[in-house]
Amino acid sequence: MADRPAPRPRSAFTELTLARLRELIREPEAVFWVFIFPILLAAILGLAFRSRPPQALPVAVVAGPQGDARLAALSARPELAPRLLGEAEARQQLARGRVVLVVSADEPPVYAYDPTQPESQSARLAADAALQRAAGRKDVFTPGQAELTEPGTRYVDFLVPGLLGMNLMGTGMWGIGFSLVVARQGNLLKRLVASPARRSYILGAQLISRLIFLVPEAGALLLFAWLVLGVPVRGSLLLLIAVSVLGALAFCGLGLLTAARPRTIEGASGIMNLVMVPMWIFSGIFFSTERFPAAMQPFVQALPLTALNDALRAVMLEGAGLAALLPELALLAAWGAVSFVVALKVFRWQ
Amino acid sequence: MEDPVVPSKDTSESALRCRGLVKRYGEVVAVAGLDLEVRRGECFGMLGPNGAGKTTTVEIFEGLREPDAGEVDVLGDRWRGDGLALRRRLGIQLQETKFPDKLRVREVLSLFRSFYPRGLDIADSLALVGLEEKADAQVRTLSGGQKQRLSLASALIGDPELLFLDEPTTGLDPQSRRQTWEIVEGLKARGRTVLLTTHYMEEAARLCDRVAIIDHGKAIALGTPRELVASLGAEHVVEFTINEEASAALSAEVLAALPSVEGVAREGGRWRLTVREVHRAVPALLAALAERGATPTELATHHASLEDVFMALTGRRLRDG
Repeated sequence: MADRPAPRPRSAFTELTLARLRELIREPEAVFWVFIFPILLAAILGLAFRSRPPQALPVAVVAGPQGDARLAALSARPELAPRLLGEAEARQQLARGRVVLVVSADEPPVYAYDPTQPESQSARLAADAALQRAAGRKDVFTPGQAELTEPGTRYVDFLVPGLLGMNLMGTGMWGIGFSLVVARQGNLLKRLVASPARRSYILGAQLISRLIFLVPEAGALLLFAWLVLGVPVRGSLLLLIAVSVLGALAFCGLGLLTAARPRTIEGASGIMNLVMVPMWIFSGIFFSTERFPAAMQPFVQALPLTALNDALRAVMLEGAGLAALLPELALLAAWGAVSFVVALKVFRWQ
Repeated sequence: MEDPVVPSKDTSESALRCRGLVKRYGEVVAVAGLDLEVRRGECFGMLGPNGAGKTTTVEIFEGLREPDAGEVDVLGDRWRGDGLALRRRLGIQLQETKFPDKLRVREVLSLFRSFYPRGLDIADSLALVGLEEKADAQVRTLSGGQKQRLSLASALIGDPELLFLDEPTTGLDPQSRRQTWEIVEGLKARGRTVLLTTHYMEEAARLCDRVAIIDHGKAIALGTPRELVASLGAEHVVEFTINEEASAALSAEVLAALPSVEGVAREGGRWRLTVREVHRAVPALLAALAERGATPTELATHHASLEDVFMALTGRRLRDG
């Protein structure tokens, strides 16, 4: 160990990058938040919102002269699960939500249901059709059916690109911002500036190490989503990588900007949250931005994370090409470029 | 037009020179017209209390701050542009630097080594500061003294012509302080030029060839530690305490007239005499006190030090300003 030959000195840029990467991988918390957390979130939310096979709707038929015949007619429909009950009990079960529809013993029958409940409505339509048909009505035609349960339209498919975008934002901003503010607070930045290290190298190494870290980070989430959750990547993989890199760089710029002045971690955390929390809410990570009122859309659409999430979803889910993404990519590039320029102008080195 | 100075042919005697240096922070004048010269191969000390403007001055020398007025020559060069060429010839230890906790000692040094075109091996720099056994330890596991030695190693790694040490032992335990002193003495033996700031008079006396005493942003005295102490005119200090009443009855003139006494200072009931010969001054002093019915509650003598020089010049102590 002690008498191994002295290694040839590496270049300053390589050493600065290596130092940053070593710091990152030796921080167990960072590894958790960057790699494990998004995968865990995708797995849990994917499980919670998974598509279930359609379940038969519980329906009560009130016992009476027509009871058995009606029960038989309803039983023939796969989407209904009818039971024969007494009048009072049927009402009670409806009130408790155990059944969604009660078919009375009257002739013709009365349907008791809650029209505000979609399941109640469906049961009414299905039960009516079955009873009418049993009473002799003929269908005018038999429609074909196309059932959509394929990958790409499920909640988890919507979710994964959003989580990827959220992660690119979080690691870009924290990764750059936190380490610079810690270095400033501990006089390390000043010490580096006092040594013959180029300032462009000091900041450049931060960006490069961030981009190197992007590979396992985005790779782990996408691989998990693809292999375990069956989330598709319909567009070009190269374009997906390009969008991710541009997104990562844009948030590096924002991270650099938020870290340009603060002298303490507390100060920097405040600014970081001020920048990131609105995007967690408004940028369509967990639900579509369409849900916000039209008056808010200009604000929502101007956020860099909205642009990144839209671009990621377009490539992964719609197979969009480069041309279709130009507005989003231009917005991201603008955010990144403006942040970089302003950050370098106001950067506090000591 | 300045003389055309080519670093390799720079044979000027001074490693660093400043004239009329001024730095203000708003209303506060941190450096108030400072002139200094550090010669090649010497260890030069700036001794002064906290807030005297030492760190501001050193950071101007290091090219980290711009002075409001005055000129600075460092190794025959001026600060301009990115100053990279000049920085490659300097070693700088800031008052406190927090290196990344998760990096190993060896990795920190190899990072700093990469900034210099030539310099020490990692192993040599570790040996220089006695951190060989900690080479593979992460920074967070080091003690305060070890961190300070790592910082020193990072300043030495480029084999600098001029080394700046800003309060190198502040906050260290006595053992770590002695270790740091031994390292600096080793550098002196190898003919390095060192500029250090300190508010410990023992440190300045032990390490420095010449000392400038700094107060309120000015050099109020300059010389070798021996010259500065000799300027008191006496080698010893006698301190005694008597009660306030007896003090009031005692006059400085009476004490100054005692044999061998060169100087008299008073703080309430506490008196300080600078004397040439203790064995002549003390019996005479005790006799003079007995005559006035005063008994000293405390009596002590010590060799005059830089602290006494500072007190003679400012009336204040170094450590508690």
